[in-house]
Amino acid sequence: MLLRHTTAEDHERKALTVNPAKTCQPVGAMYAALGVHGCLPHSHGSQGCCSYHRSALTRHFKEPVMASTSSFTEGSSVFGGLSNLVQAIDVIFKVYNPEVIAIHTTCLSETIGDDIVQIIGKAKEDGHVPDGKYVIHCNTPSYVGTHITGYSNMVSGLIRYFSTATPKKKNAINLIAGWMEPSDMREIKRLAKEMETRTILFPDMSDVLDTPLTGKTVMFPKGGTTIPELIATGDSKFTIGLGNYSTEDACVKLENKCKVKYESIEIPIGLKATDRFIQALSRHANVPVPDSITEERGRLIDLIADNSKYFYGKRVALWGDPDTLIPLVEFLVTLDMKPVYIVTGTPGKHFDESMTEILKDKVPEAKFMSGERADMFQLHTWIKQQGVDLLIGNTYGKYIARDENIPLIRLGFPIVDRAGFNFFPHVGYVGATNLAIKILHAILEHQDATCLEEKVELQM
Amino acid sequence: MSTNKVNIDMSAWKEEVTKSYPTKVAKKRAKSIVVSDPDSIPQIQSNVRTIPGIITQRGCTYAGCKGVVLGPTRDIINITHGPIGCGFYSWLTRRNQTKPVSPEDPNYMMYCFSSDMQDSNIVFGGEQKLAQAAREAFEIFKPKAMAFFSTCPVGLIGDDVHRVARQMKEELGINVFAFSCEGYKGVSQSAGHHIANNGLYTHLIGNQDKEIEGKFKVNVLGEYNIGGDAFEIERIFDECGMTLVATFSGNSTIDQFETAHMADLSVVMCHRSINYVAEMMETKFGIPWFKGNFIGAEATAKTLRKIAQYFGDKELTDRIEKFIAKEMLKIKAVIDVIHPQTEGKTAMLFVGGSRAHHYQELFDELGMTTLAGGYEFGHRDDYEGRRVIPTIQIDADSRNIQELKVTQDETRYRPRKTEAELESFKEEGFEFNDYNGMMADMAKGALVIDDLSHHEMEKLIEMYHPDVFCAGIKEKFCVQKMGVPLKQLHNYDVGGPYAGFEGAINFYEDISMIVNTTIWKEIKAPWEAEDVIVAEYAY
Repeated sequence: MLLRHTTAEDHERKALTVNPAKTCQPVGAMYAALGVHGCLPHSHGSQGCCSYHRSALTRHFKEPVMASTSSFTEGSSVFGGLSNLVQAIDVIFKVYNPEVIAIHTTCLSETIGDDIVQIIGKAKEDGHVPDGKYVIHCNTPSYVGTHITGYSNMVSGLIRYFSTATPKKKNAINLIAGWMEPSDMREIKRLAKEMETRTILFPDMSDVLDTPLTGKTVMFPKGGTTIPELIATGDSKFTIGLGNYSTEDACVKLENKCKVKYESIEIPIGLKATDRFIQALSRHANVPVPDSITEERGRLIDLIADNSKYFYGKRVALWGDPDTLIPLVEFLVTLDMKPVYIVTGTPGKHFDESMTEILKDKVPEAKFMSGERADMFQLHTWIKQQGVDLLIGNTYGKYIARDENIPLIRLGFPIVDRAGFNFFPHVGYVGATNLAIKILHAILEHQDATCLEEKVELQM
Repeated sequence: MSTNKVNIDMSAWKEEVTKSYPTKVAKKRAKSIVVSDPDSIPQIQSNVRTIPGIITQRGCTYAGCKGVVLGPTRDIINITHGPIGCGFYSWLTRRNQTKPVSPEDPNYMMYCFSSDMQDSNIVFGGEQKLAQAAREAFEIFKPKAMAFFSTCPVGLIGDDVHRVARQMKEELGINVFAFSCEGYKGVSQSAGHHIANNGLYTHLIGNQDKEIEGKFKVNVLGEYNIGGDAFEIERIFDECGMTLVATFSGNSTIDQFETAHMADLSVVMCHRSINYVAEMMETKFGIPWFKGNFIGAEATAKTLRKIAQYFGDKELTDRIEKFIAKEMLKIKAVIDVIHPQTEGKTAMLFVGGSRAHHYQELFDELGMTTLAGGYEFGHRDDYEGRRVIPTIQIDADSRNIQELKVTQDETRYRPRKTEAELESFKEEGFEFNDYNGMMADMAKGALVIDDLSHHEMEKLIEMYHPDVFCAGIKEKFCVQKMGVPLKQLHNYDVGGPYAGFEGAINFYEDISMIVNTTIWKEIKAPWEAEDVIVAEYAY
């Protein structure tokens, strides 16, 4: 057994996290910054932070992830990171020449108390920021929240630095993307186009973290939301935030700064969340839903109806990020599955309330937890107590899957042992269809591989 | 090394690459870039700070300590004291394999333990939370040993992890110790290796005076069992009738560390990460060490022969020779097929503190030329050889890392060889305590670059287009987008083992796979590749 020390015994823990269902803020900020065109994320801290975050993102996306670091030493930790960051800004513009440097802090620079605004000011004063180039920042203390908080903070940073209201409003809708895959962002843009709406999606990692292999050097890929687009978000008539945890703060900041009203909805994973997204876009952009989208929806319904017997009553354990888990759990309930155990390391009331709301009638036995110690060790303990038919979460679930002989569907971050997540979406009706097929195949393949010989079925 | 080295001239690159740096940066980087000359080994600047803003391969002290050196041991609970990130990122990411002897044996490798510090712990201190986390870990897992690893904020807020460790040692009745391996210490992972070595020496080595069976008792140091390398080395030792007392630290257990001082020889693989332990064990217990290498068939044979020479036992020597002969037959059968595919091709290696050197052996065996190489966190001695150690200037960053005062153990010091024996070894050209470094083995005119930056890497590829580039995950897809396959030498692209004889065969086959992979020839679409000729039919 790989996780041979995990048993069905419950242990009360107050301090120890084992096998976390979360990581720290800066990696989220780095990911979000990659969704800005021509942007180089910069980690203001020790080299290890930048190295770990780049590695984590690279392993997941199997794509180049460019980011620089302030390379703190013991000296900078004592005297502050001003000179490191000023020098970094100078070197980055001279050597790598991005349009924007997006600085995020670390637990190190936060504990020291470096004032990033002041340091950026100093770099400008010293002439290290060329005309027309930008240096932006957000604070991402690793000891508060999780990678989702860091993502949210960088997205809010984009609002703070770029969104500008002019007297001329535009008939455009801002779509603030929560933590999702480039494939999901591409799908959301396709849906918006299909509905003939004018939208600004940000951040946008499509064509950044799913780029073609051309044989040429590309430091800054063609994708990413451009700076003029980010500036223009202040003139849009409405904002739809996709994912409460990763985007609502940005929605609020944009409303406060530029008086753009917003609605915060879930990431459109699954049938109902996609319905709400399509309805919200239709309503706020004042456009009808085209038949083509209704047909996409119909094909999803058809697939689920055809195979509903395989979904019905199956017990599922899930771990990951709240903005993914909330609509995903809702989708599983729509499929008549039983999401019985759910953990997310990201703290917050919205998750607990949503889970209660989604599960109270259909899966009253469900156990869920969020925040500190809502980890995969806890989840595994529950599974040991009463088993499940399916696991949905990131790669770290493979050890539970093997020990317990439960099929695993990989969804979330990081997925470092399978490919293609930046190619095929999980959002929209098409994404929900992909997801339903994955679930179906996982269940059926497991049945084929494990049932009695006389029970092997040709037709399923 | 084999003699298929050609003379090359890559000096043009240095000028090209430093052009786009700001003057001060160019000046500093220039000292870390040298053109190789094995006849007169140049001085290379290394183990110095990376310039802020430069995109570097390097990681931090915590990564070197917890991730590299202590990470591969399966029966210790390693608690990361800090916010969740550091523990998370070092959770199973280095591919250290481990094989518990029985299903009941403890194995915590698949677990990640963290004190998961929150803002209140930063403000009010995290010692109590760490102590509580340790109690809970003990309560649930009942380990025989536990270690704490400090992350950046811990040092700043002044948590005394060593005090908590002493308290827990007393309270729980097991071995508990701590590492002050905050990420900001030192200039790279290298500082973390040193801190880890100090901890191994202080808290584990020599704890059990248990007699180890066997006539030829050896420690292998600086071997981390990536992809199963240690398993292959274990096989070799087994087949040659030698006892592997402890591997630092691939596939290791606490017991092995605690009895490592019972060995009669230490063979050092990764000089950078573990030479401190080798030195300390020699001073304290009298165990001689030499630099060996199990990467490459020839190198493995050479290392085995050196071990045989050290023990000077006819039976062992015969057994080793017989084993080498048997293994070399297998090697030859594979090399005969693959060598024609790889001969004349080129490689570049930028990785680690020893691999960029060791893997040149394997490329040599394939008839490939190493055009450029360098370490991510090496020191001058890893490039130029240990003879330069007395001339290395100790800067502020190195001075921060404790040098332990080591003396002979009053009762357990036992010189394994007499002065006279050591003298006669020397006369035979047998080198103890030495390492000649990477540059002695590189072709004249090849580039040696320390702490390669992203910009420099791009220029290397643009200008020289090697057939294979070796580095890590962060570089992997950058290089491959440019049409050059990258072989990861940190995690072996989920391949391996590459050590020993079976490992060499795996490596030859993987490089053969790379040079034969079809897709690299299909990068251009047919319509991009063809010249457009406009013509009309003339009837």
